[in-house]
Amino acid sequence: MDLKMEDFNAPHSMGTTIIGVTYNGGVVLGADSRTSTGVYVANRASDKITQLTDNVYLCRSGSAADSQTVSDYVRYFLHQHTIQLGQPATVKVAANLVRLLSYNNKNFLQTGMIVGGWDKYEGGKIYGVPLGGTIIEQPFAIGGSGSSYLYGFFDQAWKEGMTKEEAEQLVVKAVSLAIARDGASGGVVRTVTINSEGVSRKFYPGDTLPLWHEELEPQNSLLDMMNVASPEPMNM
Amino acid sequence: MGVEKLIASKMMLPGSNRRIHSVHRHSGMAVAGLAADGRQIVTRAKSEATNYESVYGEPIPVKELAQRVASYVHLCTLYWWLRPFGCGVILGGYDRDGPQLYMIEPSGISYRYFGAAIGKGRQAAKTEIEKLKLSEMTCRQGVIEVAKIIYGVHDEAKDKAFELEMSWVCDESNRQHQKVPDELLEEAKAAARAALEEMDAD
Repeated sequence: MDLKMEDFNAPHSMGTTIIGVTYNGGVVLGADSRTSTGVYVANRASDKITQLTDNVYLCRSGSAADSQTVSDYVRYFLHQHTIQLGQPATVKVAANLVRLLSYNNKNFLQTGMIVGGWDKYEGGKIYGVPLGGTIIEQPFAIGGSGSSYLYGFFDQAWKEGMTKEEAEQLVVKAVSLAIARDGASGGVVRTVTINSEGVSRKFYPGDTLPLWHEELEPQNSLLDMMNVASPEPMNM
Repeated sequence: MGVEKLIASKMMLPGSNRRIHSVHRHSGMAVAGLAADGRQIVTRAKSEATNYESVYGEPIPVKELAQRVASYVHLCTLYWWLRPFGCGVILGGYDRDGPQLYMIEPSGISYRYFGAAIGKGRQAAKTEIEKLKLSEMTCRQGVIEVAKIIYGVHDEAKDKAFELEMSWVCDESNRQHQKVPDELLEEAKAAARAALEEMDAD
């Protein structure tokens, strides 16, 4: 396949799989770590879960530049708001600021985001802010190119009132399923868990993730297969 | 919140010349002093409240509203070409942190109160308020007590006739700021007149 020069100058896009899930007591946010320019993987270990305040985080997908800029503005506004209010901002306010920027600049931006966090009034909350700038409060949200493969999975696997461990396992499993099928998602799985006690970041490198249908075990070289005594060297 | 509305002329329609205004669904303001200045403050408060909601997506916390109104009133004390507002305002509202009461004076000072009074009879009114056990009262009982205080403080000799205007915001009013319902208002007025007679009888 020919690699044209345009590919290297193409805008950085995060193919991405992003997920936000509420559980009994807080939220778990999850994402893959692949940032691509065309077919080249510009960053294989990016962090797509960005902090807005101590208690609210944002999952970014779509154009990397657009989502980073939006998150920078929202962090700035929220910081001022927190000072004025004298207490931590609520997740709803953070999500509203994100969607105002997204909606009012819809002709220029191409980014889908998931806002998740915990506040003392409403507890754990997830808000989806997809491409056009709608805002929708959901018990769980998925986004990015890899999310197409997860709609059916969540319909079946999601349940109300999970524990923290169940929610984290669900998120890791879902992101790894999406990575298996979506070429624009890959790398490691990052999760951020937010509850009344604070924020906890986890990191799952590729070798800790389960293998799905037809995925091969990691091996040093395919030539190793030849030395193994096998009754069926090749299936014709 | 209650206002002793002195009736300037017998020709005036009862219920006109409102002194208590709703600023937002969940908050209202009672004005004392120059009516035109008060109107300006109320308009500004309404605009701050709607603007906050469009930006932040939630009703403006009462504390924040009080700060914004106070800044605005204070602004007019900074420049030689502006005169200070000729009125004080009592702001009552119900938000996430429960019901709250703030008072903003023409200097721009704003404090949160459990009981407040502005106007000619405020000293006497404050004394009466301090006698009340506020934490043990419901809003309904509060309405009756406010009516009693206003009737008690009204000076029959010097002042003309007056009309009592009252509003409330509480769980019973569904956390919305509204005029006190007519039957409760009548009940409060009756209780206030009865209390006056008792005092006179001594």
